[in-house]
Amino acid sequence: MDLNLSPEEIKFRDELRSWLAANVPKDWDERREESLELRFEYLKRWQRKLYEGGWAGISWPKEYGGRGASLMEQVIFWQEMALASAPPLANVLGLGIIGPTIIAFGTEAQKKRHLAKILSAEEIWCQGFSEPDAGSDLANVRCEAKLEGDHYVVNGQKVWNSYGWAAHWCELVVRTDPNVPKHKGLTVLLVDMKSPGVDVRPLRQMTGETEFNEIFFHDVRVPATNVVGKVNEGWSVAMGTLMHERGTFGAGLQITYRRNMERLIDLAKTQKRNGRPAAEDPIIRQKLAQCYAEIEIMRYNQMRAFSRISATGVPGPEGSIQKIFWSELNQRFQQIAQELLGPYGQLEAGDDHAIDNGMWSYGYLRTRGNTIEAGTSEIQRNIIGHFVLGLPKSY
Amino acid sequence: MQFGLSESQQMLKDTAHKFFAGECPIAAVRKSMEKETAYDAALWAKLAEQGFTGVITPEEYGGMGLGKVELVLLMEDAGYALLPGPFFSTVALAGAVIDGCAKPEQKKKYLAQIANGQARASVALVEAAGSWDPTSLQIQVSGNKLTGTKLFVTDAAIADFIVVVARDSVFVVEAKAAGLIIKPMKGMDLARKIYSVEFNNTPAEMLGNASGLAKALDVATAALCAEMVGGMQRTLELTVGYAKTRKQFGKPIGIFQAVQHFCADMYLETESSRSAAYYSAWALEENTEDAATAVSVAKTYASDAARTVGNRGIQVHGGMGFTWENDLHLYYRRAKASETMLGDATFHRERIAKLVIDNAVAGKKSRQEQEALAAK
Repeated sequence: MDLNLSPEEIKFRDELRSWLAANVPKDWDERREESLELRFEYLKRWQRKLYEGGWAGISWPKEYGGRGASLMEQVIFWQEMALASAPPLANVLGLGIIGPTIIAFGTEAQKKRHLAKILSAEEIWCQGFSEPDAGSDLANVRCEAKLEGDHYVVNGQKVWNSYGWAAHWCELVVRTDPNVPKHKGLTVLLVDMKSPGVDVRPLRQMTGETEFNEIFFHDVRVPATNVVGKVNEGWSVAMGTLMHERGTFGAGLQITYRRNMERLIDLAKTQKRNGRPAAEDPIIRQKLAQCYAEIEIMRYNQMRAFSRISATGVPGPEGSIQKIFWSELNQRFQQIAQELLGPYGQLEAGDDHAIDNGMWSYGYLRTRGNTIEAGTSEIQRNIIGHFVLGLPKSY
Repeated sequence: MQFGLSESQQMLKDTAHKFFAGECPIAAVRKSMEKETAYDAALWAKLAEQGFTGVITPEEYGGMGLGKVELVLLMEDAGYALLPGPFFSTVALAGAVIDGCAKPEQKKKYLAQIANGQARASVALVEAAGSWDPTSLQIQVSGNKLTGTKLFVTDAAIADFIVVVARDSVFVVEAKAAGLIIKPMKGMDLARKIYSVEFNNTPAEMLGNASGLAKALDVATAALCAEMVGGMQRTLELTVGYAKTRKQFGKPIGIFQAVQHFCADMYLETESSRSAAYYSAWALEENTEDAATAVSVAKTYASDAARTVGNRGIQVHGGMGFTWENDLHLYYRRAKASETMLGDATFHRERIAKLVIDNAVAGKKSRQEQEALAAK
């Protein structure tokens, strides 16, 4: 057990750190007030800069434009990006999930056509998975694709889609065989979002924004050469890269949480309780300390999970707790922030008295989605119960 | 960066696991529980033979000279087996405090006896106020004589010597010292007995001042957290095993989501406690800046987790979980005693608050400054 970085890892970190120090734009915070479209153009330019510096898609093999970065290097990458307060990556789905899927399962033609433009953010990607009737029960996908000659004709609806409004391409999960068990009749298709019949509609969520979209497909024609992997084997294609990539992306999360924690401690020193700084109140101290402890444990759990994948190539069972841990921790954290802020916690961005320009009221509402997206807490507990503990499947 | 165990660490863990399974099955624990001291001389001799009593004793005093991570791995398996008797008190508590506070010739004298299994020992710190804060202690020191009363002293009656913590200094008192009165306290943990220890102008040998005490107690705390993880692991395994075999409504009860989700939460809390215990041991071994905080993080979390894992374990077992005959309550009792030993969750959260909140603006502090802050 040795948690020090190796000399190679230190070298990688230092190289990245100095590049970020020289290149991270300082005006990202101001951009948050701009429209979604303008902000996104900014983010595409930022990704282009990373791409030109050789820092986009570092986990990809060198032959496809990446650095062949090890798992630890990927972890260091996300941590350093968070430490530098770098803006997010515009093509995060393309870089993190869809690009690796094409690398693992795609044809040479697909790799040639798509990979470089994912890296440079020239073509933005989204995923079409969830449907109104296929959320936790993802295999219940009904969006159908019928083969007509050398094209599929796609009809259906996707929901809870990120980046649909900005995307040039979509990794779409469709049903190509309705006559076999649910998991077995699915296919992954690469769909040009400019195709006739593709209709993207914003989905307004409880925070007020339209982070997500619905996408309607009406007789959309997709070349059969756009199938990724084999026809009717889309389930394993879709699941394959999902697990692995999401893991390292979470490495930056712990740093973001720690930064939020520090902000909350700052606030506790300026907010008052019974005439004294709240940071002196024993109850506030207990709650803040509990948050701090859990954020640290998230860090230790992550190190353990990454070490296991790094050493064996395969995630271990202890990795299964991560999603429950970070999402439920975030909710508890936001609740404690609300308790600290008292009536100020409800003020939204734009109000003169809002603290941190409404960051906390936004966070409080947004975190309700954390235990639902990317696998609900209930599904995560079912996964632990059945796949880790070996209890019988409950459904 | 590698969180996983090295080959030798894994080997130590596997050896310990096999040893305890063979030499300390739960039937042996129940037998030891019946004894006033919960001490089994034959088992103790075997622990010494394995080198376990000398796991962290420096080689120059006859020990294995292994580190805090190895201690924690050993204690985890001891906890899994619910090892009764004075092992923790002797090796992790007294051993760590003597190593941290005594002069070299004293270390030689006392640690060699611990390492070779000749001596059992413990630490007396808490008094009537029930606090693990050394600055709150009232025991009177006059020359080298102690007067006062310590409570909740684990394994005092079987100890050959007791390390005694006073406000600014640390002493050793021999079992047969004049004026020493040891009385059993009726604690919930039947496998680790506790005592009140009264000192009446009792002669003591001073080890040193309290400057090394905080880190020594941190080592003991990390070890205790690991022991708690072992207990949680056993509770989890017994519970999942029960959920797979107990049938109601024609199905194993583990198929019902309420039961299954209880088990999933037990798993999450056990694994998280494990990560924290291991990390704190590594941090102590490496003397990292966050070592003291890491120990408090581990003890905070494990204190609550050991209780809630135990609660859910009993709940899943239904009526059977509520019986004396079922083993769960034995682990549950140990969990409660451990929860308050070396500071409960509230104590350690306040310590985190001192180290992190009060310290936040000032930036990183040296370990000494950290300890001084934490002791205030």
